[in-house]
Amino acid sequence: MAEHTSTQAGDGGRLQAVLSPEDEAGQARFDEIIAQDSRIEPRDWMPEGYRKTLTRQVSQHAHSEIIGMQPEANWITRAPSLKRKAILMAKVQDEAGHGLYLYSAAETLGTPRHVLNEQLLTGRAKYSSIFNYPARTWADMGAIGWLVDGAAIANQVPLCRASYGPYGRAMVRICKEESFHQRQGFEILLELSRGTAEQKKMAQDAVNRFYEPSLMMFGPPDADSPNSKQSMAWNIKRFSNDDLRQRFVGMIVEQAKVLGLTLPDPDLRFDEESGKWIHKDLNWDEFKAVLAGNGPCNAQRLQRRREAHEDGAWVREAAAAYAAKTNEKAA
Amino acid sequence: MSGHETADLDEFQSFGDVTASATRVTPGNALRPEDIAVQGEPPSSEAVAEYALWLGDDALILAQRLSWWISRAPEIEEDIALGNIALDQLGHARSFLTYAGKFWGKTEDDLAYWREEEEFRSCHLMEQPNGDFGVTIARQLFVSVYQYLLYTRLAESADSTIAAIAAKAVKEVDYHRDHAAQWTLRLGRGTEESAARIRRAVEDLWPYVGELFEDQPYADQRMHDDVVAAGVGVAPSTLRAEWDEQIAAILAEAGLEVPQVPFAMGGGRRGEHSEHLGYLLAEMQVLARKHPGASW
Repeated sequence: MAEHTSTQAGDGGRLQAVLSPEDEAGQARFDEIIAQDSRIEPRDWMPEGYRKTLTRQVSQHAHSEIIGMQPEANWITRAPSLKRKAILMAKVQDEAGHGLYLYSAAETLGTPRHVLNEQLLTGRAKYSSIFNYPARTWADMGAIGWLVDGAAIANQVPLCRASYGPYGRAMVRICKEESFHQRQGFEILLELSRGTAEQKKMAQDAVNRFYEPSLMMFGPPDADSPNSKQSMAWNIKRFSNDDLRQRFVGMIVEQAKVLGLTLPDPDLRFDEESGKWIHKDLNWDEFKAVLAGNGPCNAQRLQRRREAHEDGAWVREAAAAYAAKTNEKAA
Repeated sequence: MSGHETADLDEFQSFGDVTASATRVTPGNALRPEDIAVQGEPPSSEAVAEYALWLGDDALILAQRLSWWISRAPEIEEDIALGNIALDQLGHARSFLTYAGKFWGKTEDDLAYWREEEEFRSCHLMEQPNGDFGVTIARQLFVSVYQYLLYTRLAESADSTIAAIAAKAVKEVDYHRDHAAQWTLRLGRGTEESAARIRRAVEDLWPYVGELFEDQPYADQRMHDDVVAAGVGVAPSTLRAEWDEQIAAILAEAGLEVPQVPFAMGGGRRGEHSEHLGYLLAEMQVLARKHPGASW
């Protein structure tokens, strides 16, 4: 899953200095490919801003998959039936797989995985804020699947057509698996909602906690997201934050009815005149605070990742040493 | 942009489309616990059901242990590999438990969540703590070679359900064996530290190997007649020589020795467990037990 990532190249990614003839030809070719809505591949010339924007977006997306494993892994050992345990294990394992595809896609832009990992471990790279909230109950497995993965799909389906080839192709595969994830989350909630009074309460509580953060996964309102424009010009982003949020709200309103649960948004309504969903004002101060590191689980999530990395150092060293010795012998 | 608008609609229509999932694709003839629950005969005797329970408990407890690694492994590739192995083990456990439960009119979840510690029949090796990655690999090495030999024989079981479960499981366990052997080699021949750690892990876990091959639990008249003599299961001592041979070869290739430490008395098949199992079950069962009668 990914959250909105901003772009910072406000000048169209063009270099300010005078371009060399090679760069000029490269830029012209790049512009032509973008104008044709065709694909940029790793060996193609691309503006530095485009490369940087994508490296940041794809690696943030990868980090989100890896950190996003934690809240769900929290319930694997306590899953209340063996079937649910198996499904949850498969899901969290899928997320590790998504992380891998995405790190590979990011690597094609020139930054190796260990550098990206270092950025995550040192807190310099961002990941989706929503994973900085705790998964307190089993129903959170449902709410995360339904709302968080649901929002991720709404974000990611258009990314299957992102102009950067390796990213778009990774997204095609990821979206297929995400749709299964969203479905299993929905099923968990449906089962709880139709279950005992305690189970239904658990489900409603989880939806109450994840509703607003999931709406914020699309990023700030368009008016506060000046960099989205460049990303759209480069055919990375296809829809604005608010458009995607609208589509998502429209979908979950109907699905909530089937679930027999309510969305914690008494003002929520479809405005016929504007053709838009009117939802509550989202708490962007909290969003910024969590993004800045003040969420309930930021420290815990990073600590866990660092621990796994540090505890595994001797294993990776052993594998590298073994490979080196084996290569020596072969040589 | 008009072309995009049409494409978008299609994109969003596939939103939540479960048939698009790669995860759902399974071979058409795969034997699932859900099928076992509704198809075929129950175990022919209580001894056969107990035997299936033993096999299921071993796989379940190991799966529970292994699943802890997901999000904590040394590399993302290992999060996936250990997660995959845990998932395979859980699948085997579900099939064996579902089958066993049919004799007593119980489901896999009745057996997994509502039995007490002394009712579990797994061997002590399965419940040993994960330790560091080396300990987990040593445990995997011992278990996967054992299960490979066992399931290879059980694929010929006189009980057609046990045979079918084993035939599917052995293909997966073959991969587990390869994974464990490859890592034993890398740790044993990697760095000084890794060699020391895997040597220690092999020594620490060796005492629990003996229980896997004890015939004593099968000495009971019913177990002997209905399981061993009937060709439903195998006397585990008959797997021992080949296990020793395979393990010795892998350890030697990794520069490690077969430990000279005594075996511990097991008792798992009688429900006598180490101090570890109680904690494992407390965690595994807590949520289900908080909501008796609930479905999930």
